[in-house]
Amino acid sequence: MLVTIAGRPVHVNDEGFLTEYEEWDEAIAAALAADIGITLTQEHLAVVRFVRDDYHARSVTPTLRRVTSAGGFDTRRLFVLFPKKPAKKISYIAGVPKPVGCV
Amino acid sequence: MKHLLVLGGGTAGTMVVNKLRARLAPSEWRITVVDRDDAHHYQAGYLFIPFGDYDRKDVVRRRSRFVPEGVELAFGEIAALDPEVCSVTLADGTALAYDQLIIATGTTPRPDQTPGMLGSEWRRSVHEFYTLDGALALADALTAFEGGRLVAHIAEMPIKCPVAPLELLFLADAKLRERGLRERCELVYVTPLDGAFTTPVASDRLAGMLEARGIAVESDFVVERIDAAAKALVSYDERTVPFDLLVTVPVNMGADFVGPSGLGDELHHVRVDPHTMQSRLYPNVFALGDANDLPISKAGSAVHFSVEVFTENFVDHVQGRHMRRAYDGHVNCFIESGGGKALLLDFNYETQPLPGRYPLPGVGPFALLEESALNHAGKLLFKWAYWHVLLRGRELPLPAFRTRAGHGKQREATP
Repeated sequence: MLVTIAGRPVHVNDEGFLTEYEEWDEAIAAALAADIGITLTQEHLAVVRFVRDDYHARSVTPTLRRVTSAGGFDTRRLFVLFPKKPAKKISYIAGVPKPVGCV
Repeated sequence: MKHLLVLGGGTAGTMVVNKLRARLAPSEWRITVVDRDDAHHYQAGYLFIPFGDYDRKDVVRRRSRFVPEGVELAFGEIAALDPEVCSVTLADGTALAYDQLIIATGTTPRPDQTPGMLGSEWRRSVHEFYTLDGALALADALTAFEGGRLVAHIAEMPIKCPVAPLELLFLADAKLRERGLRERCELVYVTPLDGAFTTPVASDRLAGMLEARGIAVESDFVVERIDAAAKALVSYDERTVPFDLLVTVPVNMGADFVGPSGLGDELHHVRVDPHTMQSRLYPNVFALGDANDLPISKAGSAVHFSVEVFTENFVDHVQGRHMRRAYDGHVNCFIESGGGKALLLDFNYETQPLPGRYPLPGVGPFALLEESALNHAGKLLFKWAYWHVLLRGRELPLPAFRTRAGHGKQREATP
């Protein structure tokens, strides 16, 4: 469905995740972050950019393990930046699909 | 003479050589299976060991009995794979060259990956049931358990048979009631997922079953370490879950040689095309069963359904033809719910598990997403079918593709 985020029309699914990779920009990221109670900083954005680049390269949203091992981010810190559900929150802000639980 | 090398003689490796030996001319293709020993384990049977229903003899047979004539079975530890030069090296230095390679080395619980797991409480109050020794040790611990906090825990996804920890709790709940001990126990399910299961309908159904049995759920729990002294799980966001008896499912990882080969992901599961199981990097390398990174449950039924598709494709592939068939991610699994009943889930890449009926000529239909005694009978019957039918590559009358309206058509593989 089409919604307006940060003054722009974008496509989202029923959970509010962006469905078009190219419709994302940092203003939208900030609005999505605010929506889940996160004030986006450069430190958040570094993680978000890694996830976007990795998704672009591999067509799969990286798991939390991949964000830490391939992206070099610290797991504990990710739980501080994106409380409770880091994998889900990072993908939401990054405008990529929710990671599959592999079940 | 061309050489097909199969790494691993477990469910996937054994099933695929039985199917392929019948399809590849012995005058053109030599087939070799490599494994470390001659003991084939029926891993789905481990679940019944902690409750005393199965023993070692139910779940172990000699591998060689299931490897067909015309297939060589070699024993050795796989040390290295170099896909550039199509060669596998064993720990004793033996080099095996191949034309086509199938990796079927599965995935293995790795308690060493979580700090504190292998500490002073390992196999005392910290247990697992994904190995035969672990399941046997847990049987003793459960017999001695007379009250307190019993915690079942998943360290990280993916794990093989992701419903098994739920089944363990359902069976423990039933057993503790039977022994009159249930009121002296707290049962807790600790998961990194945001609910009992990832797919919404099944998750709600299973959450309802946990609630009905008074089993608490601690979700979004990513374990950082086990505090053996305090007997508690500690998460990255500093939550703690104390236990008297912990049944954990450690991080599952693919074989060590996959890492340096460059073919795998962070957990050494081989990255493959989800419809053909072909390596994303080398066209003469495939990975079947738990060893691959398919976005679907790691389960014997996924092996069964995917190997059927793979076999046809592989015959085309080695003759230089395009692989026309596509695996759709079909998996089904029985979930033991205690008291002689079970549920059946049936799903694929596109469709989540839903209520309904699953046809099985002569036995079924089984009820989907509902508890029934017939489903339980189906699960027990499966042990016989595993040893006598499935491993030998024979057909079970299971529809390989979902037969409910709209799911009967198979998709074409993307070239």
